[in-house]
Amino acid sequence: MGKLSNQAVLHKITNRFGELISVPTEPLGLLTFETNKEVISDLLAFLKSDPELKFNYLTDITAIHYPEQELPIGVIYHLHSLVNNVRVRIKVFLEDANPTIPSATNLWEGANWMERETYDYFGINFEGHPNLKRILNVDEMTVFPMRREYPLEDPNRVDKKDYFFGR
Amino acid sequence: MSDVKLVEAPPGVEGSGFFATSLDKVVGLARSHSLWPLPFATSCCGIEFMATMGSHYDLGRFGAERPSFSPRQADMLMVMGTIAKKMAPVLKQVYIQMAEPRWVIAVGACASSGGIFDTYSVLQGIDEIIPVDVYVPGCPPRPEAILDGVMRIQDLVRNESLRRRNSDEYKELLAKYGIQ
Repeated sequence: MGKLSNQAVLHKITNRFGELISVPTEPLGLLTFETNKEVISDLLAFLKSDPELKFNYLTDITAIHYPEQELPIGVIYHLHSLVNNVRVRIKVFLEDANPTIPSATNLWEGANWMERETYDYFGINFEGHPNLKRILNVDEMTVFPMRREYPLEDPNRVDKKDYFFGR
Repeated sequence: MSDVKLVEAPPGVEGSGFFATSLDKVVGLARSHSLWPLPFATSCCGIEFMATMGSHYDLGRFGAERPSFSPRQADMLMVMGTIAKKMAPVLKQVYIQMAEPRWVIAVGACASSGGIFDTYSVLQGIDEIIPVDVYVPGCPPRPEAILDGVMRIQDLVRNESLRRRNSDEYKELLAKYGIQ
């Protein structure tokens, strides 16, 4: 079966969701758009179950933090239609304090660990997740290390200068 | 004709039919040439250890012929590679499971100091959780360096007093790490 064009995919999605889909772009040929957390569950279910689109494979769930934005925390879904050989990227931006989004574990079992990792690093609360706890970092950790709220290494630190190591 | 070499006897008093020396030295001699290593290899230093164990470098020449993959029968814990903070309790448990006397060698920059991984998730040297006897520098160290580290351990073993593990100083050291 041939590849479904990005325009055809976008057309089908906007037919169904209309204004709830915003800023569609195609960086490097990858169809990308934003939506909101009220719609994301329906959207993912639609993309997965639509008989033509068949986005049956969840490639990744991750997140990003843009502290300067009004809605600083973004959750990013990558879907792949193995049948049509086409991918989409969906972004959902959330508020800073206690970001919450519905879990995708009811659609894909594989979302379980992806959401745990995203929670581990960004502190995003996936509602409906069966076991939302840290997956990579130590359980005692109290921070979310991938958020952009930590200073870079002190440029004035001297404890790793070359002369301490005979260089 | 065998070319098996015997170690030299420790200094002592020799006469016809007897040889007298101190027990410390005999025990040290025996222990130093039958160190059973426990490899705890987590990354690239572990690859260098495989070469060290292999026929070309042959750690077996030093009496460490039998890598012990159970801590309970091991004498020398060889920590090779980055130890993440999440791995720290595992490593400590392995150390606690080893019977006395036990020695620890930290192979490579990561095990010794965290190395290039100066970050929130990596232990900045295993001496934060267990006492270390010998540090081998390098990133990763060559097999020769690992062998040198093992030989330094042998020196320590050979010259260790039999009472050291019962001393207050040693108990204080372990207590400092929260062991026992």
